Amino acid sequence: MKRVLKYVWKDYKVSCIVVFLCIVLAALTNLKGLTFMEVLIDDYITPMIGSENPDFAGLFLALAQLAGYFAVGILCSYLYNRIMVNVTQGTMRNLRTALFNRMEALPIKYFDTHAHGDIMSVYTNDVDTLRQLISQSIPQTVNSAVTIVSVFWGMITNNIPLTLLSLFMVAIMLVTTKRIGKKSGYYFGAQQKDLGRVNGYIEEMMEGQKVVKVFCHEERSLEEFRKINEQLRNSADNANKFANIMMPINGNIGNISYVLCAVVGALLALNGYTGLTLGALITFLTLNRNFTQPITQISQQINAIVMAQAGAKRVFELMDEEPETDEGYVELVNAVQEAGGEIKEVQERTGFWAWKHPHKAEGTVTYTPLTGDVVFDDVDFGYDDKKMVLHNIKIFAAAGQKIAFVGSTGAGKTTITNLINRFYDIQDGKIRYDGINVNKIKKADLRRSLGIVLQDTHLFTGTVMENIRYGRLEASDEACIAAAKLANADSFITRLPDGYRTLLTGDGSNLSQGQRQLLAIARAAVADPPVLILDEATSSIDTRTERLVQEGMDHLMQGRTTFVIAHRLSTIKNADCIMVMEQGRIIERGNHEELIEKKGRYYQLYTGKFAS
Amino acid sequence: MIHTIVKQIKQYKKPSLLTPLFATLEVIMEVLIPYVIAAIVDKGIDGGNINAVYRYGAIMLVLAMCSLMFGILAGKYAAAASAGLACNLRDSMYENIQRFSFSNIDKFSTAGLVTRMTTDVTNIQNAYQMVIRIAVRAPLMLICSMFMCFFIHVRMSLIFVVAIIFLGIVLISIVLTAMKIFDVVFKKYDDLNASVQENVTAIRVVKSYVREDYEKNKFGSAAENLYRLFSKAENVVVLNSPVMMLTIYGCVLALSWFGAKYVVAGSMTTGEMTSMFSYIMGILMSLMMLSMIFVMLTLSTASAKRIVEVLSEEPDLQNGENPVTEIADGSIDFHHVSFSYRQGSESETLKDIELHIKSGETIGIIGGTGCGKSSLVSLISRLYDVTEGSVCVGGRDVREYDCEVLRDNVAVVLQKNVLFSGTILENLRWGKEDATEEECRAVCIQACADDFIQQFPDKYNTYIEQGGTNVSGGQKQRLCIARALLKKPKILILDDSTSAVDTATDAKIRKAFAESIPGTTKLIISQRISSVQDADRILVLENGRLDGFGTHEELLVSNEIYREIYEAQIKGGGDFDEAAGGED
Repeated sequence: MKRVLKYVWKDYKVSCIVVFLCIVLAALTNLKGLTFMEVLIDDYITPMIGSENPDFAGLFLALAQLAGYFAVGILCSYLYNRIMVNVTQGTMRNLRTALFNRMEALPIKYFDTHAHGDIMSVYTNDVDTLRQLISQSIPQTVNSAVTIVSVFWGMITNNIPLTLLSLFMVAIMLVTTKRIGKKSGYYFGAQQKDLGRVNGYIEEMMEGQKVVKVFCHEERSLEEFRKINEQLRNSADNANKFANIMMPINGNIGNISYVLCAVVGALLALNGYTGLTLGALITFLTLNRNFTQPITQISQQINAIVMAQAGAKRVFELMDEEPETDEGYVELVNAVQEAGGEIKEVQERTGFWAWKHPHKAEGTVTYTPLTGDVVFDDVDFGYDDKKMVLHNIKIFAAAGQKIAFVGSTGAGKTTITNLINRFYDIQDGKIRYDGINVNKIKKADLRRSLGIVLQDTHLFTGTVMENIRYGRLEASDEACIAAAKLANADSFITRLPDGYRTLLTGDGSNLSQGQRQLLAIARAAVADPPVLILDEATSSIDTRTERLVQEGMDHLMQGRTTFVIAHRLSTIKNADCIMVMEQGRIIERGNHEELIEKKGRYYQLYTGKFAS
Repeated sequence: MIHTIVKQIKQYKKPSLLTPLFATLEVIMEVLIPYVIAAIVDKGIDGGNINAVYRYGAIMLVLAMCSLMFGILAGKYAAAASAGLACNLRDSMYENIQRFSFSNIDKFSTAGLVTRMTTDVTNIQNAYQMVIRIAVRAPLMLICSMFMCFFIHVRMSLIFVVAIIFLGIVLISIVLTAMKIFDVVFKKYDDLNASVQENVTAIRVVKSYVREDYEKNKFGSAAENLYRLFSKAENVVVLNSPVMMLTIYGCVLALSWFGAKYVVAGSMTTGEMTSMFSYIMGILMSLMMLSMIFVMLTLSTASAKRIVEVLSEEPDLQNGENPVTEIADGSIDFHHVSFSYRQGSESETLKDIELHIKSGETIGIIGGTGCGKSSLVSLISRLYDVTEGSVCVGGRDVREYDCEVLRDNVAVVLQKNVLFSGTILENLRWGKEDATEEECRAVCIQACADDFIQQFPDKYNTYIEQGGTNVSGGQKQRLCIARALLKKPKILILDDSTSAVDTATDAKIRKAFAESIPGTTKLIISQRISSVQDADRILVLENGRLDGFGTHEELLVSNEIYREIYEAQIKGGGDFDEAAGGED
């Protein structure tokens, strides 16, 4: 909770101070209006009653003065509301942007280990509870607090015994609020939990609704649902009940307090004790009403505050996640190779890249051309330190070679591709890229030199052209179209209603699986990286599109070092080296002929296919 | 629309009626209290009459107690009524969804249904609670307070009438203006969230193209844009408060000025003037509440619409009259069947299919994506109804059968299959509720699932997580097959159900079928030639038409498409993997 306030304060110091002052001023003018009754009755009306020629000039002046105060009050109120909009929405914007920026910096591990729905819920539900807190609960509480203090001051200066009596009633109010609040809080918690269960159940059953139908399971699924639905009804009923009765209880304790003050006050006034005048008593009674009201208001905010606390916890949890670290210092730069073979760094894009490797000790800089030579030297890896999933991996890929990985699900093929671009860091061994340890290379530069086409393709909202250009932001339209042609994507794109300007939404849901894959290949082609990581599709796409995708991938692979998780014989057969993987180890390696010759696991896989 | 929602109140009519009743009584008490306050001031304090103070004090205490009681009752019944309505809404929606046919289900997304049954229902619940508590209360408060004002002093009340009209007009125009902007804002807000979603799911793409900064900029400007729009809308809304204050203060000033004159002139007492203050506050508060209700109702119309959509969706498959409950055998006949997913749509998914399958045959079905394989088999268990022609099972049109009987005898293992959270046994027993452990084990052996189940520490009591995330794709498919086998169906349909199972196991499963359930008609859809080539007959589909139907050998000779697929897969281009399709 403190952090939320700090967060607001950080960017909006001046606004906060102005808002606070405005709230105080507005509350004070409001109070002025309330106490005016005393002045009105005692100073103007009472003396004038019975007079033959009542003089209203004084009253007029007083009212004019009061109108002035009111004007200030209205102005303040408008001002603080207006500034608060700015503060709230601005903080929301900052919060969202900060969340998003932090999220982008998080390692892949975070996304692999957190449910995507949960991450989304931080942006929607949790941020929203904070909006309510900042825009309503906080100003409301400050306003109420100011009113309480100022009204209390007014009461004390008016009459002490009656103030004590009022205080006593407020104490009762606070105790009941606390008790009911506790109950209602308990049930609100239960309601949240039950809602979560209903949510989960619906999600699971709706996802499997067709299975439910096929198995004629409708009745039982409904029965089960009714049970948890009834629980939710029950907790929602209780939660709302306690929240609802808070208002009438506090309000009527306020009424009782009023009566008591009236009776005691009348006794005091009539007997002339403590110098209480009639007007003063009436004012006190008005103050009394205004003393209890803000307390009722604050008690209404309790639930919102509790919910915001839970929301704030989750928001800051995400914000406190450790971002991906990057200790690399070797950079990828544009370069030209001069006649003498010397490499020189240049600013413009030359199509020739070099690694700029500063050596701190000597203070020199060396340039190594980017060729795409990748070496795994005895690499061990585990997603956590306890369980290794890859053991003693040794791979040597010379520039332009094609390395295929084969093996059953869970053998560790995908894991290897996650290591080259450092989505995950290895526990032991070394990975070298053009002879440089990948740990020394800046992650951004490392990744920029690698192209990836994953099996499950992800596209972004935007035009087809924009999606292709994602590979290289400064690529011209012509370059993008050329890439699409290379990837065999051009023919289907031109058949789309708006061609390259067709808008894709919802992860490209208006395209078929095969078409999305072709776009992903085009995207990698426009990036034109020296090293490629491909995950061949296995999902059921029709034979013709499949052939297109295959050809597209083949075009893309030409002249590049390629790591491919292969499912297709054609890919495997023309690979320079095939790695047969099992349980995190490379158990066989060699080209197709060599492996067949060996009559080992590869041979078994290859021939087993025809066993039936 | 409102009618559909109101109909769901059902057994909660009583609290729904009691709430406004008690709210009304509470309001009456609240309106009376200032009057009594005036009496305390005028007759008691002003008149120096302590007995009058006691008397009116006591009356006020009684009124406060009544108000307390009515308030609590109103709150209690309001909670009961709204929570009950919400419960009924969820229940009815869920029940209706259970009656949905496949084509109904296709219309809604899972996420959409979840939101409708949770967030949207909660919106309605809150709106309903507010309406029954305040919608009666606020106008009533307005009327009563007005009445009391007129009762005290007619001419002064006229000032308030002017104030009320002024405030009413301003509030409504503020609300209307703001609503228009909010419509746009919420759309933008959805877009923003969609872009977050996109980045969460596609984070690997973002990171491998090093587009973090690009995405940050994109998001930053979208957030900035949203901020501007939101501020614009809110800036209109904040006018509420100063306008409200202006009116209140105006009334206070007017009341003080004219009140003083009237009191001095003797046509009004001090106490009456004080209580008029209370009433005028009451009037303005209730106007404020009314505008709040207005906003709330407008906001919840969208939710109500989405709920009603589900509630009023008519299931388009119904049992015929006197449904047949006995299925003779597992023969299947398609008579000139045409089918399209959308009624009256030009493009037909299946065109004029004529097909006869004998009971006990094993039929392989092959063809490219979108050629209509899944659609064809889904007509057999009447997951959809044909557009033209007829589908017969056991010699009778499927529309004559009782749906439940038909589906019990025609077991479909769907392409997109799911397991539910619960133990393996519980999942299997979906096929047959009272199946013994032995029965379950027997089908698992047939489906080649027993081996891996035995390797789990808890064996058949292993808990399957939601969506079956703790078993591999191939294991999931085998469990789904076992579950279907438990039904002991006359017809078994496997819709690409072994795609993630390795070829050897796939062959083993088919062998088990041939041995243990020879009498069952088996339809096997597959992308793999090897899965279908030893079937009795193979059906080749192309663009919704029957392109060939015969044995492997026959088709190799006579059918070009089949030969093309065969050659692509066996020679050179086929897939290599043990577990193609099951790769993550």
